[in-house]
Amino acid sequence: MVKEIERVGIPVVHICTVVPISLTVGANRIVPAIAIPHPLGNPVKTMEEEKQLRREIVLKSLKALQTEVHGQTVFDK
Amino acid sequence: MIKVVHYINQFYGGIGGEEKADIRPEVREGVVGPGMALKAALGNDAEIVATVICGDSYFNENLETATSEILEMIKKYSPDLFIAGPAFNAGRYGVACGSICKSVQENLGIPVLTAMYIENPGADMFKKDMYVVSTANAATGMRQAIPAMAKLAMKLSKNEAIGSPSEEGYIARGIRKNIFRPDRGSKRAVNMLVAKLRGEAFETEYPMPDFDRVAPNQPVHDISKATIALVTSGGIVPKGNPDRIESSSASKYGKYDIEGVMDLTEATYETAHGGYDPVYANIDSDRVLPVDVLRDMEKEGLIGKLHRYFYTTVGNGTSVANSKKFAAEFAQELLADGVQAVILTST
Repeated sequence: MVKEIERVGIPVVHICTVVPISLTVGANRIVPAIAIPHPLGNPVKTMEEEKQLRREIVLKSLKALQTEVHGQTVFDK
Repeated sequence: MIKVVHYINQFYGGIGGEEKADIRPEVREGVVGPGMALKAALGNDAEIVATVICGDSYFNENLETATSEILEMIKKYSPDLFIAGPAFNAGRYGVACGSICKSVQENLGIPVLTAMYIENPGADMFKKDMYVVSTANAATGMRQAIPAMAKLAMKLSKNEAIGSPSEEGYIARGIRKNIFRPDRGSKRAVNMLVAKLRGEAFETEYPMPDFDRVAPNQPVHDISKATIALVTSGGIVPKGNPDRIESSSASKYGKYDIEGVMDLTEATYETAHGGYDPVYANIDSDRVLPVDVLRDMEKEGLIGKLHRYFYTTVGNGTSVANSKKFAAEFAQELLADGVQAVILTST
């Protein structure tokens, strides 16, 4: 799906837990997530902490969307 | 006697389904689950001395530590051969089988073998590193997979010559070998052309490699004015799954209006995905589809706008052809709606 979206000319960021799969599939902008059943959350934290965590991942994704890349790039910092 | 160690996931190990996918690796003496049939197919020259079992999510969330933990377990049995799977079309299981095989091959220097469906992401990741027996996409193909695995495994452990992918039933590894053919290339090419013109079956001698890569697009210049759409393969749907998106092998996707939706709650949204433990997503679907934080960012002016619709499907054994078709279709809609960037989430 990532590739088909990219193909029409829309930049896309893939948030996923298993980064090697995303690399195999061919995503260009990749942001690692937390865990398979809750990529953008962590149920052991409080709701507020969780939302903060989610916000950070989304902010990283927005940064990825604003960054010029020349090949597959993992935004893990 | 050839000593074999076998690797399977928590499901085939009889430990449990998705609710147990986070279990850490453990080792059991002898055969477990599909190891029974594998043992019979391997015959009297080989013995499965131990079976390592690990949860698919644990493995994939901890690729490096899980691989080294499992390697240590395998080492203790000083096996002559290592077999993982078959994983069929289970993506996380396929990645686990391939990762462990690769590590065993590199560190213990023994022959390794796994088996999976050609669309399993593990196949593309590891087919160049090892023999991956080609299987059906579901466990109904077990009866065909086991004998093919056993046969190739025994050949590998006896260091016998391995034939071509179609002869042996493994996924092509991209290795080219020089062989002598009775007919010249020109004659073979003409024969192939004639067969094609007659509409007869023919097999190319050099299938084109599949390099389906799309170059990255230019970044978004002013994200504070951009319309951003959410897409997910994590199966988030309005409560009750109104379009009945299948929990695996999805044949459709959903498009849902989130105008005015500030937060996905337990009462309003859930996941239709059958390939991960749904408990966390059902309690708070924002954990998969971050609508709540994007609404905040919209209010703060960090982004222009969250697109009115999100698109969703279940990425669980769903064919590559279907996924491509879904996204090719809705990508046109996104384009027509003036969406400037997409955040796609996967579980």
